[in-house]
Amino acid sequence: MIKINGEEMNIAGKTLAEYLATANYDRKRIAVERNGNIVPKAQYGETVLQDGDSLEVVSFVGGG
Amino acid sequence: MIPTKEEWIKALKERHGEELQQAFSSVTVAVCGLGGLGSNIAIHLARAGIGKLILIDFDRVDISNLHRQQYKASQIGMYKTEAFADNLREIAPYIELEAHTERITENNAVKLLQSADIVCEAFDSAESKAMLTNTVLSEMPEKHLVAASGVAGMGTTNSIRTRKITSRFYLSGDETSDVSDDIGLVAPRVALCAAHQAHTVLRIIAKQFEV
Repeated sequence: MIKINGEEMNIAGKTLAEYLATANYDRKRIAVERNGNIVPKAQYGETVLQDGDSLEVVSFVGGG
Repeated sequence: MIPTKEEWIKALKERHGEELQQAFSSVTVAVCGLGGLGSNIAIHLARAGIGKLILIDFDRVDISNLHRQQYKASQIGMYKTEAFADNLREIAPYIELEAHTERITENNAVKLLQSADIVCEAFDSAESKAMLTNTVLSEMPEKHLVAASGVAGMGTTNSIRTRKITSRFYLSGDETSDVSDDIGLVAPRVALCAAHQAHTVLRIIAKQFEV
């Protein structure tokens, strides 16, 4: 299982880019942490999600 | 009468203790964006006796900024970097300032932020926030980043919080209140988030890394 923003998901083998597309994230507004590190945007397509991974997708909102 | 530098440093040491003040004064912090968040963050850090601030903003002071940003009516039309450097020097005359009047992009961020130990993200747009966060944490992994998301509207003060996302990435705000939902921005709620960010910077310098 893979944990994303606290939710367990059975999506091992999918790439991070595939997950983000199915979850309807706006890629211009997010940063993704995986197992304690930020995943560079250029690596979303080649990052294959593995059992035991823990991710957080931070979605920024405007205002400052 | 403006105090001498020696008097200034002595007063800071009396307030913060010698060791903490020494630490504050030896650090460089970059403030990216000098709006409601950045102008408040920088004032807190200048008062705390941070050694050097890098101030970055491409914009000019507009009448629509005055309800929440630390400028004066007489400064409308000035570049924010120039107006704000004047204001900071009135508050903290001996702080070292480096100002850049330009837009931070993926291409110039490394150059602009090179000498910063800690970076504060204080932009308005969600896309810019994400761009800076990704660029700093991917390309400058030795730096700490203190970012903000979710300061708009009239929501309760108690929903503004700070989370530690990675060992180098802190995020302040309620993470949901989006200014594009037309809920406005009010000074105290934005300043509250700025205070979260500024205090997180001081805690990082004091090696208190947990939130």
